Amino acid sequence: MELSFRFATRPTNSYQMTIDDSIRKVLKDHANLSVDALTVAEDADLYKNGMTSQTGVNVMLALEGAFDFEFPDTMLNRSVFQTIANIRAAVQKLTEKN
Amino acid sequence: MSSPTPAASTATASLRVGVDLVATQAVAQSIASFGDRYLQRIFTAGELADSTTEQGEPSTLKLAARFAAKEATLKVLRPDHRWYDWRSIEVRKAGSGWAELHLHGEAAMQAEAQGLRSFSLSLSHECEYAIAVVIGSA
Repeated sequence: MELSFRFATRPTNSYQMTIDDSIRKVLKDHANLSVDALTVAEDADLYKNGMTSQTGVNVMLALEGAFDFEFPDTMLNRSVFQTIANIRAAVQKLTEKN
Repeated sequence: MSSPTPAASTATASLRVGVDLVATQAVAQSIASFGDRYLQRIFTAGELADSTTEQGEPSTLKLAARFAAKEATLKVLRPDHRWYDWRSIEVRKAGSGWAELHLHGEAAMQAEAQGLRSFSLSLSHECEYAIAVVIGSA
């Protein structure tokens, strides 16, 4: 079960890869993680790896700048920013709307 | 032997306390990276006015204390993974100079749902860190 979940949430095309690259760069620049943002597993808990509420705000603002959207209040949810996979899902949802 | 009953996390409470510590350098970095976008997204106009230095610059010490107050308040309100608009939790300076907490919108609704009607706030900052303690009571 775990293998299939991990496979299902792994980037599967170049579009997703580009999103992931941008997300990881934002995390590297702003999240102050205790692990390498460029290689951390996409389902790793970012809060358990050093992201705080304060740096989480920076990540949110940097993502808005990188993808040219604004997170609505309804998405200001700790779980949205908890993993790279969750962030990717949020980015895809917001960019598809635009 | 029965296990101890955990304190209710979402049920109404007669008294709750929250504390948070913020590094002032982190706030300085946020301002340096995002400027007004950060300030306007997190703080109310009143908070920004109360946190301006005599030179007209944002005081990272005072802003860090206010961010700590917002986070400490979230620990009292205990939303289900929800953050709310940061500006719905507001620190205001009372006439005497003491800080007071004011809740708006969803934060106020969550307080009511939790049975918390009165809030006390204490802030402190020293060089690298700012700390806030919030107590909510029925």
